[in-house]
Amino acid sequence: MAKKLAIIATKGTLDWAYPPLILASTAAALDYEVQVFCTFYGLQLLKKDVSGLKVSPLGNPGMPMKMPFGPKWFKDINWNIPNIVQANVPGYESLATTLMKMTIKNCGVASIEDLRGLCIEADVKFVACQMTVELFGFEHSEFIDGLDFVGAASFLEFAGDSDICLYI
Amino acid sequence: MNFDKELDARGLNCPLPILRTKKGLAELTSGQVLKVIATDPGSVKDMQAFAKQTGNELVSSAEAGGEFTFFMKKK
Repeated sequence: MAKKLAIIATKGTLDWAYPPLILASTAAALDYEVQVFCTFYGLQLLKKDVSGLKVSPLGNPGMPMKMPFGPKWFKDINWNIPNIVQANVPGYESLATTLMKMTIKNCGVASIEDLRGLCIEADVKFVACQMTVELFGFEHSEFIDGLDFVGAASFLEFAGDSDICLYI
Repeated sequence: MNFDKELDARGLNCPLPILRTKKGLAELTSGQVLKVIATDPGSVKDMQAFAKQTGNELVSSAEAGGEFTFFMKKK
């Protein structure tokens, strides 16, 4: 019988969209049966249009700020920009997101849209938390087709039999 | 080494080389060999792990000039 991977995806930023989708797609390639329960901000991963996902370097000291273009010495600079500056420059998040998307492309890393498509193609089952859909005032029509809108009990039914269960 | 299909995964990063390998193997029949060329250094360990977990055989794995070449026989 196939192994099972259960993931709870709770983050809705461009950077944190990667771990659940990478693990889900890879597990599917390894013949796991995979279910991803998207709740709270993780619902963003299931929107029809995921091009609006952003990354925020604000208050994230673990995030290197490097430029995706220019000569090597320039790319190697880690721009240590104080939080107070990041918080006060309009469009800072959008700029950081644009730069990160360039880096993602330069490194041959799949886009979130592509990775999600690969997951769906490989029969990863995405389920959405109905409670958070209502809490955030979303409509079912904003999400990709073929989703089940469920509660915690439904996810736990799958997760209870899983070999690996991750909260991301 | 003889192979039945070649996959160019150069420039691709985790998890794409593995996902493409899976897809490539799906187009082969049992006993046929897929050749994969990759530049992701992580793919060396990942291809071993993929073979071990899926039962396909990693016949050989070699590195030359920053490129990794794998031969995977479909189970």
